[in-house]
Amino acid sequence: MTLPLLLQHLANALALGSLYALIAIGYTMVYGILRLINFAHGDVFMLGAYVAFYCVALFLLPWWASFVIAIVVTALMGVLLERVAYRPLRDSPKISVMISAIGASFLIENVAVVLFGGRPKGVAVPDILNVKLTLGAVSVMSVSLVIPICTFALLAVLLWVVGKTRTGMAMRAVSTDLDAARLQAIDVNRIISFTFGSGSLLASFGGILWSYKYPQLNPLMGVMPGLKCFIAAVIGGIGNIQGAVLGGFLLGAIELLTIAFLPTLTGYRDAFAFVLLIVVLLVKPSGLLGSRQVEKV
Amino acid sequence: MPRLKPFLPLLALLAFGACKSAKQPTTVKIGVFEPMTGANAAGGAMEVEGIKLANQLYPTVKVGEKEYKIELVVVDNKSDKVEAANAAQRLVDQDKVNVVLGSWGSSLSMAAGPIVKDKKIPAIALSATNPLVTRGNDYYFRVCFIDPFQGTVMANYAVKQLHAKKAVIVREVSNDYSVGLAKYFADTFKKLTGDQGAILGELNYNTNDQDFTAQLTTLKSMKPDVIFAPGNYTESALIIKQASELGITAPFLGGDTWEAPEFLDVGKKATEGATFSTFFATEVPITDTSKTFLDAYRKQYAKEPAAATALGFDGYLVARAAIERAGSLDGAKIRDALASTKDFPGAAGLITFDENRDATKSAVIKTVKGGKFTYLTTVQP
Repeated sequence: MTLPLLLQHLANALALGSLYALIAIGYTMVYGILRLINFAHGDVFMLGAYVAFYCVALFLLPWWASFVIAIVVTALMGVLLERVAYRPLRDSPKISVMISAIGASFLIENVAVVLFGGRPKGVAVPDILNVKLTLGAVSVMSVSLVIPICTFALLAVLLWVVGKTRTGMAMRAVSTDLDAARLQAIDVNRIISFTFGSGSLLASFGGILWSYKYPQLNPLMGVMPGLKCFIAAVIGGIGNIQGAVLGGFLLGAIELLTIAFLPTLTGYRDAFAFVLLIVVLLVKPSGLLGSRQVEKV
Repeated sequence: MPRLKPFLPLLALLAFGACKSAKQPTTVKIGVFEPMTGANAAGGAMEVEGIKLANQLYPTVKVGEKEYKIELVVVDNKSDKVEAANAAQRLVDQDKVNVVLGSWGSSLSMAAGPIVKDKKIPAIALSATNPLVTRGNDYYFRVCFIDPFQGTVMANYAVKQLHAKKAVIVREVSNDYSVGLAKYFADTFKKLTGDQGAILGELNYNTNDQDFTAQLTTLKSMKPDVIFAPGNYTESALIIKQASELGITAPFLGGDTWEAPEFLDVGKKATEGATFSTFFATEVPITDTSKTFLDAYRKQYAKEPAAATALGFDGYLVARAAIERAGSLDGAKIRDALASTKDFPGAAGLITFDENRDATKSAVIKTVKGGKFTYLTTVQP
């Protein structure tokens, strides 16, 4: 394998990995605060991409306006999802909430099939993100450069919100002990809504960027990325925001480099992610950057 | 008897059910077995359009002396092999259809194969081209050509028209259609170029993959003259788009599955010059039925039909004619009538089933030009 070829493969891996990382952040944040695996995350991702698509296709808005509207609308949908599917089960066993999450996921997917139709839709990629950049033998699209920048920017914002703001402090308090947080006069419902809103915002951000990179929408587009980014979050240590980013990049790199070096294994591409998950769970169950947690019974 | 008392209502219900099923049916049911969601949804929709149009024009069938209404029962096989088997089972067991039409996608049709064979319900594949769909299954017919022919047509085009010497194959490894067609292309391509090493490589991908950059980066380093990439329009459009982003300029060739508006919609400018074989071109109507079909379609949808739509139309007509000739709703009798179909004038050409229950037909080659599918030439078998 020649150097330019290797560089191109690494550039591809970086572009895919940063997209995984971006979506994994949302997963891990909701888990970190609520100890809930939001299985509908991938579907919120899909909704974000569709809302942006329809803003452009139906209302002829410029792409940046659609982008902003879509992430706001999707964030509100995330808040609504928490309100109807998870809040009524706040005091139920964890497993009930998880099942409710799976149900919510199927509901969103099937409603989307009815509303948007099963046929895939082609997305109009904004010109600025559709520029081919060539450096020597390596060529990437501008969108593939923008995605890692967005990922790191959102990572920084999120770390700041969680670590430095009052809301972030309240989030950490809710995460540590929900009842104690309530006793400290923290409006727990508001904090949880906020967490879901921002988690969904991240999902739709990822969804829209995904649709600019792979300009094809279908109602089940969120399923595989959702699963893979969940794996990325677990690999990095679920609940740990930096870990999710690390896991995302790692997953993207392993996927693409295995195909590059071992083309005969391409058929098992999706299996790599799951094998990696099993290995990590066996060797270091708390994930690469996760801290060991004692399960409260 | 007293012990049976609690079950009496149940028994009554059973008896009632038996009565009901013994009653003469008043409609003939044609099962439409198609992907309405998932990766093949657009393909399914195209065939359903054709079937529904035919149903509107010819809503009844004469069985013996009696005129029956034809009812379409549409099930969604969700572009998934497992779901496809369930959907087919539902059609034959629950809906008790007399004939099955579909499915777009050879793998999906093959999932239904054993089920229709077992229940002796004849099925007609419309645009599923893998030879295995009908092989060894007396109850599966098809109104289109098969992949050995299609692969040969495209290999001929690559060698004789494009003067290609080296090719790379990109195939959807979990899709029988794609793998089969790729093989037939490779065989003929090697034979025509007289070079066993003419296929530089075979690159694989999975259904629903969205990122092909790793495979395409490898492909670029192989420097082929032409790329043969049969597969669903969904993945193919993304492949062609990503190839052009990586600076690959070799032309892409493919099969009939590319002919969907979504292919152009997703791939946009990158699909320009993509060339594929298919069943029917509106530019060259073949029979009187072609004209009837085109007029009705244009009137109703105000656009040009896809080849798969014409085949959907034909499948319905062939089934209807066979039921009429059989003079019975018995599956085995309809099957025999279907098998004797000869020179039936369909919209996409004359249909005669050979001993493998496949139709022998000419292929047309189309290319993407100015954002539209454009007719290039017709190839006789």
